[in-house]
Amino acid sequence: MTRRPYVTLVIILLLMGLALWVDLSKQISIFNPINNTPIVNRNVDLQLGLDLRGGLQVLLEADLPTNSTVSSADLATTQKILQNRVNGLGVSEVLMQSAPPNRIVAEFPGLQDPQQVVAALQETGLLEFVDFGDAPPGVGTEIQTDFGTAGAGPNGIVTPSPTGTATATSVPTNTAVSTPTSAATPEATSAATPAPTATAVPTTSTIYHTVMTGSALASVNVQTGQAAGTASGFVIAFTLKSDWSSVFADYTGANVGKILGIVLDKKVISTPSINSKIDKGQGIIEGNFTQDSANELAINLRYGSLPIPVKVVESQSVGATLGAESVQRSLIAGIIGLLAVILFMVIYYRLPGFVADLALIIYALISLMLFKLIPVVLSLPGIAGFILSIGMAVDANILIFERLKEELRAGRTLRQAIDLGWARAWLSIRDANISTLITCLILFIFGNTFGASIVKGFSVTLAIGVLVSLFTAIIVTRTFLHIVLDNVKFTEHPRWFGITEESR
Amino acid sequence: MNLIKYRYLYFAISLLVIIPGILALIIWKLPLGIDFTGGSLLEVKFASGNPPTIAQVESVYNGISSPAFKIANPLVQPLGTDSLSIRSEAMDDATKAKVVAALQQQYSEGKDVTILNFTQVSAAVGQEVTRGAAIAVGLASLAILIYIWFAFRKVKNAYRFGVAAVIATVHDALVVLGIGAILGHFLGWQVDSLFLTALLTVIGFSVHDTIVVFDRIRENSNIYRRVEFEKVVNHSVVQTLDRSINTQLTVMITLLALALFGGQSIRHFVIILLVGVFSGTFSSIFNASPILVVWENKEWRNWFRRKPETV
Repeated sequence: MTRRPYVTLVIILLLMGLALWVDLSKQISIFNPINNTPIVNRNVDLQLGLDLRGGLQVLLEADLPTNSTVSSADLATTQKILQNRVNGLGVSEVLMQSAPPNRIVAEFPGLQDPQQVVAALQETGLLEFVDFGDAPPGVGTEIQTDFGTAGAGPNGIVTPSPTGTATATSVPTNTAVSTPTSAATPEATSAATPAPTATAVPTTSTIYHTVMTGSALASVNVQTGQAAGTASGFVIAFTLKSDWSSVFADYTGANVGKILGIVLDKKVISTPSINSKIDKGQGIIEGNFTQDSANELAINLRYGSLPIPVKVVESQSVGATLGAESVQRSLIAGIIGLLAVILFMVIYYRLPGFVADLALIIYALISLMLFKLIPVVLSLPGIAGFILSIGMAVDANILIFERLKEELRAGRTLRQAIDLGWARAWLSIRDANISTLITCLILFIFGNTFGASIVKGFSVTLAIGVLVSLFTAIIVTRTFLHIVLDNVKFTEHPRWFGITEESR
Repeated sequence: MNLIKYRYLYFAISLLVIIPGILALIIWKLPLGIDFTGGSLLEVKFASGNPPTIAQVESVYNGISSPAFKIANPLVQPLGTDSLSIRSEAMDDATKAKVVAALQQQYSEGKDVTILNFTQVSAAVGQEVTRGAAIAVGLASLAILIYIWFAFRKVKNAYRFGVAAVIATVHDALVVLGIGAILGHFLGWQVDSLFLTALLTVIGFSVHDTIVVFDRIRENSNIYRRVEFEKVVNHSVVQTLDRSINTQLTVMITLLALALFGGQSIRHFVIILLVGVFSGTFSSIFNASPILVVWENKEWRNWFRRKPETV
């Protein structure tokens, strides 16, 4: 491996350069020189956890009877929908993790207002019944509606005006006065969500009219076609709240044969046509439903988008001041600790100690690069785990140097001593580090299962530290030592290696 | 240097720490924090730099306590010079607002009272975390035992190395738990998820340390095949002594820097780690290796027999 130490040195220096580049940048971009399109364009800003930046942690749990089970697919879908929903809050780096069997942990670094987040998380998705006329857009299309726009009534619904002038002229005055509170959130959601998903979902520029929203529904359930007296298969029966039944009766009466689209968070999920006037506030949705697809639509109608209803079981807000104080101090403490260790290594192990210090610096640079690239959200225990892994990185070097000394005392040449010392130390380094990695893995699983992000963060940084330290101990220290020995004559300077004439 | 000769002295030193620790665990129990028991943690900062006394905070809490949220008799701890950490039975946001308003009104001295941290943990979460942690520790011990057994499979009685390493690990876990109970009783420290992290780290470190010493024994047993096992073990421990002490020094240097200059919120965590790391090094040199010797000589057959001297 180190037959050609200078080749390895070049690779190490390249890696170090890459690490420095990533460590010092907030954003890395690589462009294809031919057509100038970005190949890599990533935000590599160091992500600080809740405890360091301050913010809010919310633990959500499926709101179901205790004996029912939650499928992991449902939990994953719920998490994805919640993620989209909170993206509308304009909080960056929201960390959301599902914690099986029935929990989701959400972290909002830098957020001050817990009420706003909890409300956004618990609110069901925006379900709209939209007038598509004769030409409905395809299922899955993202559309725009007039719900909650200027000119809407107190419930967010726009009353169609024959001239259309009301909407056009009243924009400057009306937005401020008439936008009701219920419309504020949907507006925010629709403004923020298209950005990340815009490329994947077809969109239309038409603004459709919203007839009513999910809040008009009193109850929704799945029936067999026979029970409903219509056709075979399954149908969805719904009941409207009393104050909506006349509005709906008027609308359906005037639009028989037209399409009434069901739209969830501005995305079309179903496009049934109106067969007859629905005048008693009760109706059914027919289609070629299987039991599963009928259930799915019914769940969407009932809970908005969430396949499983969730409740907030724990919310923890961390003051940013506490975090900022701790970060500052712990950072200084870490630097003091590192300097003390560097000094100790040079004083005790002389030249090899200096070489190990260089390796240690490369170790720190590479670890930081990995934290930024993966990315690892750094928390206080995470930093503690990193500092502990520095100790283990030093340990690997100490093991090698103690062996090196022994071999030198036994009268071997320096080159032999390095190879032998390294080979003998390797076994203990390997076994010791594998056992640490085993502990990390179990910690990680524990942290993941119970949503204990503290434990998880600690195990991740410790594991990365152990892996990188293996690399620096095996490759970097050894290569550096070989290069040093090409230029230093050990027999002339035994003291540089901490060997006195007497002890030889 | 014959270190192994005094093995029963080392065992005695360990027991001298562990037995009081176990007694503390039995009598005072572990001071479980709200991570485990459920409840509310409120941390408030007084810009005046002059927070109310513990008795004053208690009277505020006792006054606001209601049948729905019985927050009377909270545990109050100072945080630095201007902040308080107050633990109580669970309360809701409205009750918290009442508490903070009362503190603002009575003890702010005209300056701001800010909430640094407000945590709600339901007891159910706590129980699951505890159970999960216990399972994690058990699994980790088992996995490490199996790994060592595998890594030392070419040595005679390889399983003994695994068992000895796990005993040393249990030793360190007991030291940490016992010290936790003692510090909890006298200084009011609470066992939280950070304590759990520290405990699990100590277990990892302990095994790390033990394996390095065992690795030497493994190597030396192959070189000195005809030498008495006890002497091989002693030779190995002495050979690795420099490394053990130096490694411990570097880890303790960084931890000490964190304890002295690091943030208040991780100080207990770091101190528990310091205790555990020290115990980890001690147990790998003075417990794990001597246990191998005791086992090899089957010395327990002589424990209750009258005899003039130890070999």
